[in-house]
Amino acid sequence: METAPAANPQTGDELLVVENVRKYFPITRGIIFQKEIASVKAVDGVSFSIKPGETLGIVGESGCGKSTLARCIMKLLEATDGKITFEGRDITRLSRPAMRPIRREMTMIFQDPYASLNPRKRVGFIIGEPLEVHGLGTASEIKRRVQELLEVVGLNPEHYNRFPHEFSGGQRQRIGVARALAVNPKLIVCDEPVSALDVSVQAQILNLLKDLQDDFGLTYIFIAHDLNVVRHISDRVMVMYLGQVDEVAPREVLYKQPKHPYTGALLSAVPIANPEVGRQREAIVLEGDVPSPVNPPSGCRFHPRCPRFVEGHCDVEEPPLYSFGEGQVAACHYPLERWPMTADEIRRHGSKTSAQPLPA
Amino acid sequence: MALLDVKDLRTSFRTEDGVVRAVEGVNFTVEKGQTLGIVGESGCGKSVTCLTIMGLNPKRNTVVGGEALWKGNDLLTMKPSDLRAVRGDEISMIFQDPMTSLNPVHTIGRQLIEAVLLHRDVTKRVARQRALELLKAVGIPRAETRIDDYPHQFSGGMRQRVMIAMALINDPDLLIADEPTTALDVTTQAQILALMKTLQEDFGSAIIMITHDLGVVAEIADDVLVMYAANVVEQAEVHDLFNRPQHPYTWGLMGSLPRLEADVERLTQIPGQPPSLLRPPNGCRFHPRCPYVMEICKTTVPALKPTARDPDHLEKCHLDEETKEREAAKLLAATMAEAG
Repeated sequence: METAPAANPQTGDELLVVENVRKYFPITRGIIFQKEIASVKAVDGVSFSIKPGETLGIVGESGCGKSTLARCIMKLLEATDGKITFEGRDITRLSRPAMRPIRREMTMIFQDPYASLNPRKRVGFIIGEPLEVHGLGTASEIKRRVQELLEVVGLNPEHYNRFPHEFSGGQRQRIGVARALAVNPKLIVCDEPVSALDVSVQAQILNLLKDLQDDFGLTYIFIAHDLNVVRHISDRVMVMYLGQVDEVAPREVLYKQPKHPYTGALLSAVPIANPEVGRQREAIVLEGDVPSPVNPPSGCRFHPRCPRFVEGHCDVEEPPLYSFGEGQVAACHYPLERWPMTADEIRRHGSKTSAQPLPA
Repeated sequence: MALLDVKDLRTSFRTEDGVVRAVEGVNFTVEKGQTLGIVGESGCGKSVTCLTIMGLNPKRNTVVGGEALWKGNDLLTMKPSDLRAVRGDEISMIFQDPMTSLNPVHTIGRQLIEAVLLHRDVTKRVARQRALELLKAVGIPRAETRIDDYPHQFSGGMRQRVMIAMALINDPDLLIADEPTTALDVTTQAQILALMKTLQEDFGSAIIMITHDLGVVAEIADDVLVMYAANVVEQAEVHDLFNRPQHPYTWGLMGSLPRLEADVERLTQIPGQPPSLLRPPNGCRFHPRCPYVMEICKTTVPALKPTARDPDHLEKCHLDEETKEREAAKLLAATMAEAG
């Protein structure tokens, strides 16, 4: 049996190990005696690990829990259940003061470059604040470091005293990157860092992130809904659906031979900027919408929309993560045999997988 | 006669800081059943072009020039009452954001029925019947009960379907879709694009598709306008545009796109950012970002002219044919080799 690095890692050199993390948001009723009547299962049992210098891409549609997962890892949200280990240390239940030194090691880049910078503060202050908070240097040292950072991310160091509104969207995102870099972190969680940007500017930021990774040996968790962008930047890709992991695989494997029908549908839905290729291919159009995470479907969560749904199996038994070798795991009883497949071929039922489930 | 014939369309806005020239001389025609894609980055004037045609810009500060002939009549100089008769009936529009373009305090049925009653002399019962038909056509499950639901009871993709139903309810000859799938997830986007294609086949409408996504253009457009800083920089049939792009900005756009089918270590990036339309650069608007910039580009605006190979392929660049052919071939080889 193959060992999949995705879910049962523990070779010892992982930077971050996430085990069975859950995040439920309670839905309450009543004003004084709040009674919990249900919960939104935003993240429901996610496990993965990431090695130093690696980029893990996380894709999924809106509401699949990818941002909530990122916030749990950053401890901006308290996970309901599960374990998060950073550099061999369990940080899941650390108090805020105990967490503070670890915050130097992991930082975050946010999606919206307009909302994530304080409009009343100067750029120099915004980038220098993490240094000040962690007591890294005197005022003049911090200023020198900030100017150095501005140069690293491709901005003019003389813009130190400007306000965020004086910059364009792409430049603001560079400021966000500089701020994340300030404390020399090991891990940067990028939550949709380019989705608010125009394509030409998006390419600039993607190239910058790649260069910085080479220069500083950074590890990225890169969250995006754009599969093209994720493919470009990631070493490994994790596909999420309704709070769970559907598939994890090295990039080339995932895009060449996806196993989960949902991954296949996602891949086939991406418009191709080439009329000859794009129009020949038949998109696997999924029916309906993503169900509510308050009351997720039984069995496999994808079954109500799945083109190869098998009654009495998929809606009863929740698929474990099966291992397909080459570091590829997928949670599907009837994985795709090959790729590409037409919608019709997918619908003709595949046979039950002979792959081994990962040990829990 | 073309359905819509836009000639030298110009739009400028008077603002506190000066005059913003948002559209500087756009020409195109749309034939029956044809899909025109307008592609460009934010602020390039693609939406303003269509809002101008529809007469939807704020009156007070807008100066409009040129012509937009709809079946021979100029939409830009039409009486407001005549324009209202065309808008929503012969020409309709889908907006980018399905969350904000429906009225939250009325049921979707009421909003759909209103669109019919404004333009057709029918009873409410007939209008409701028509609304139901359209909701079914755009694939809303249980349309009979959902017609009395409010917009907040629908998901984003479903709301966009309602918007499409509303746009198609009077059998328009032209449908203008302004980034109809940008706010949606990829799988929903695929559903909506597939739906628009089928409906176009069934209803024979022409479509103007405004988007920033070259992928969407490649999937559904017949002809494409590439806009940059209020100008059309390239205009061609879709296969021709992707096989022989002629303008450095188009090359930049194609190169900066990460692709599923091609594996490139580094994206070609266009340096800098789009210029402010308040004070656009002299000469070619793209010259400060263009890697092929020459002296002439800084002073003289190039003309939008046909290429030697194809009179229907227009481009606005000073570079010589030879360089353009060579660069286009290079770009194509780069993406094709990887794809193969």
